[in-house]
Amino acid sequence: MTATLDRLHSRHVGWLLLALVMVVAPHVERVPWWVTLLALTLLGWRIYIMHYGLQLPRKWLLLLVAAGALGGVYISYGRILGRDPGITLLLIMLSLKLLEMAVLRDAMILIFICYFLVITNFLYSQSIATALYMLCVVWMITASMIGFQFRTSQPGYKHQLRSAGIMLLQSAPLMLVLFVFFPRIQGPLWGMPQDAFAGRSGLSDEMSPGSVSRLILSDAIAFRVSFESKIPPVNQLYWRGPVFWDFNGYTWSARRAPYLAVREYRALSDPINYTVTVEPHSRRWLFALDLPARIPERSLITSDFQLLHQTTVTNRFRYEMTSHLNYRNNAELGSYESRRALQLPPNTNQRSAELANKMRRAAGDERTYISSVLEMFRKQNFFYTTTPPPLRENPVDEFLFSTRAGFCEHYASAFAVLMRSAGIPARIVTGYQGGEVNTVGNYLTVRQADAHAWVEVWLINDGWVRIDPTAAVSPARIEAGVMAAVPASETLPMLRQEYAWLREARLTLDSISNSWNQIVLGYSQDRQRQIMRQVGIEDATWRSMATFMVVATGAITLVLAALMLRKLRALRPDPVVIAYTRFCRRLARRGLTRHASEGPDAFCRRACSARPELAPAIGSISALYIRLRYGDATQNAAQALDATKLRREVADFKA
Amino acid sequence: MVLSSLASRLSPLASQFAAPYRAARSRIDRWRLQTRGAETGSIVLVQRRIFILPSRYGMIYIGALFLMLTGAVNYSLSLGFVLTFLLAALGVNSILHTFRNLAHLKIVPGRVQPVFAGDHAHFMLAIDNPGALDRFSIAITPGGGVTVYTDVPARQSVSTSVAIQAPRRGILMPGRLTIWTNYPLGLCRAWAYAEPEVRCVVYPRPEAAHIPLPLPAAHAGLGIAHGSGQEDFAGLRSYHPGDSPRQIAWKAAARGQGLLTKQFSGRIDTEMWLDWQDTPDALGVEGRLSRLARWVIDAQIAGISFGLRLPGVTVPPEPGKAQHDRCLEALAFYQSGAQPG
Repeated sequence: MTATLDRLHSRHVGWLLLALVMVVAPHVERVPWWVTLLALTLLGWRIYIMHYGLQLPRKWLLLLVAAGALGGVYISYGRILGRDPGITLLLIMLSLKLLEMAVLRDAMILIFICYFLVITNFLYSQSIATALYMLCVVWMITASMIGFQFRTSQPGYKHQLRSAGIMLLQSAPLMLVLFVFFPRIQGPLWGMPQDAFAGRSGLSDEMSPGSVSRLILSDAIAFRVSFESKIPPVNQLYWRGPVFWDFNGYTWSARRAPYLAVREYRALSDPINYTVTVEPHSRRWLFALDLPARIPERSLITSDFQLLHQTTVTNRFRYEMTSHLNYRNNAELGSYESRRALQLPPNTNQRSAELANKMRRAAGDERTYISSVLEMFRKQNFFYTTTPPPLRENPVDEFLFSTRAGFCEHYASAFAVLMRSAGIPARIVTGYQGGEVNTVGNYLTVRQADAHAWVEVWLINDGWVRIDPTAAVSPARIEAGVMAAVPASETLPMLRQEYAWLREARLTLDSISNSWNQIVLGYSQDRQRQIMRQVGIEDATWRSMATFMVVATGAITLVLAALMLRKLRALRPDPVVIAYTRFCRRLARRGLTRHASEGPDAFCRRACSARPELAPAIGSISALYIRLRYGDATQNAAQALDATKLRREVADFKA
Repeated sequence: MVLSSLASRLSPLASQFAAPYRAARSRIDRWRLQTRGAETGSIVLVQRRIFILPSRYGMIYIGALFLMLTGAVNYSLSLGFVLTFLLAALGVNSILHTFRNLAHLKIVPGRVQPVFAGDHAHFMLAIDNPGALDRFSIAITPGGGVTVYTDVPARQSVSTSVAIQAPRRGILMPGRLTIWTNYPLGLCRAWAYAEPEVRCVVYPRPEAAHIPLPLPAAHAGLGIAHGSGQEDFAGLRSYHPGDSPRQIAWKAAARGQGLLTKQFSGRIDTEMWLDWQDTPDALGVEGRLSRLARWVIDAQIAGISFGLRLPGVTVPPEPGKAQHDRCLEALAFYQSGAQPG
């Protein structure tokens, strides 16, 4: 009997299917195409079964499909474990469970899996749009869960949606308290799967022709910066990233430089204070304006002024920084460093070496030589382009003598080779240059498209000096950003093209998105401590935070309970009682007061003998009242009729 | 040393607290098991009568939330935290909703028709919702019986009936009913016990075989054949369990009027005694009562004026439905010690 009651109503199953499709939809672009096909087939099968009231398929058939799908996942991914194969398997199991769903228990399990799938979507995107969409999904899932609880009646979808909506709204305050005060633990708790943070674009740990220019098409944000005071001019914003020393003729790379205990430099301008919120990029480096004058928490600095975080940056996080835009980096150049900074692979780029020697001899001193190389880039037929022709064995030679079209990494690489060939120590610095000022939120957004490469040369009196050869070719790149620098014919993401209104809208959106990142997504242990300090709890431990959380949870639940349990009792007394009280009051005005201990029957007899002329009315009213109060309450229709009659008779009653 | 002295100092203290502890314990047990006995009149499910605990699905839900929390911590998913906490808050909220769905309902016991032993007694219950909120999926489960579900709209009273099998003749009470609900999410189960004081008279099961009525000639000297009461059609009355299928007005049933039994008038002056003495000893007490019950039914159908003689009980002869009920009731309570309620 219970089994038949627990059997699922096809309408409720339909609701669940809709919720399921909604939660799975964003995953479709991430799983292999055959998984989508399989899931759709199984969904169609279930709908077919439901529509024609057929039997569910045999278990062995489903097991066979499951085994096949497992093999398919292994073939597609080359493994079973990990984030992507795991989610794919979850989707397949979910679709198979659809064909096994017969009773309430199966449906509830499916609902819980749906909730879990919501969280897997956040592994890929945590934007405002995703959050809003997932809120709708949770709403749908909750509504379908409510539907399954109806046993006798079938409520309308409006009722289900309204109930679910109200319940979710009522849950919001408690959710907020838990979010703010639940003691946060810094993840991860265990080793992450290899692909946990795969597919993020950003600078890489080596540089070869094309490695920076492929980033130009990416509108992804690298980091955002808010300055304590005025934002410095864009042409001074060199965001220092990985530094490369070693060149194999094609690719620049670096063994990690030793950490620096004492930084030797002389500041020539006032320090600039700012806060950077870096997007996760799965590497260790942090970005700071040239020259970083401070080390963020849990970070180190190398002798070539690279900031490195203790672990790879897998979460968005903020750090405070101070930099000097004008400085003299007068470190001594040790013999080891000097050897590395002059190293060139033998028998490569030989024409460039000859050119360097010739120009160096002509120039006289080092500074004149540097100027003449920059002059060459400026005067001769060099182009700045995001789509340079491909280069092969001797890229510097090919670039300098034949193609003459390149992006910043081509110029930096060629310039460094020309310096080293002439005996001037040089290294490549990669990072970002410039950024877009958001006038709405008054901060600076640096995107992957702002990736840049430049050169530092070591001069005897000045130490390491920054030279940006790209600026010689295309001053616009440095003054106004990559947008202004590239020819209009080259394809760029739509968002980066400038229409006034579009720009305004984009800035506003990004500003909202920034607040979202800072407040919601960037909420961490540190922020939690800050808030606790504001509440008045210094030095919050997880215990004091948990206590606070429990107290706040209790308080909110009590308030909610008080609000919710209000309308349970009758707001007004029973209309029957009202009518009878009115009748008694009318008699009381004529001196016939009903005693507290007097039952309606006894009172009726006394009243009838006192006022025999009213006896029929009194008798009728009393009889109705007695029947309504003490009669069989299961006879609804009769009771309703009696109640109406009583009210009418009392209204007509004149004592 | 210290421990033993402490123990000796504490032992009088323990005995001093033992009695109140026992009293408190028994009170807790009474509250927990709700052994308050049957209650007369309507029962209001006030807050202290209602229990609430997570259901099986609620436990799975809690497990799923822990899993999600671990995922959110491990991958530092801020929105994962948001979702987990939203669902946790939803779970807490559902406790209030489920509780609210049951609180302050009034269970009003109604009539119950007498039944024959072995049949199901249908106890009528009205669930009265005085408040301004609709209640959904309220379930009533009698001990060992079948659960019935019903919705109770705001400011309305809904009647429902609980079927309980009557194992033997005498008085049947519905026993402890569990009134419960899982609405709206199925994550919590709220329940309350109610034991309404309603008595159902259970007649002895009439013997299945149609034994001819004892010849009234033996007692009153009037010759009457068993079938003579089936000659003159007198009218219809509503069907009672035990009526012969031959006397059911099938045409009326086909017209959708429900089951009706044809009644035939015999001669009013015919009088018959249904006597304990006329039933064979070999049947035993219950068997003899069954036979008498069968005779009572047949005699009433036949339209005969009949009386009942049991050791210590005599019902003077009379025709009609009221006499039928009287006699069956007398059989129901014969030597059972119970009194007609």
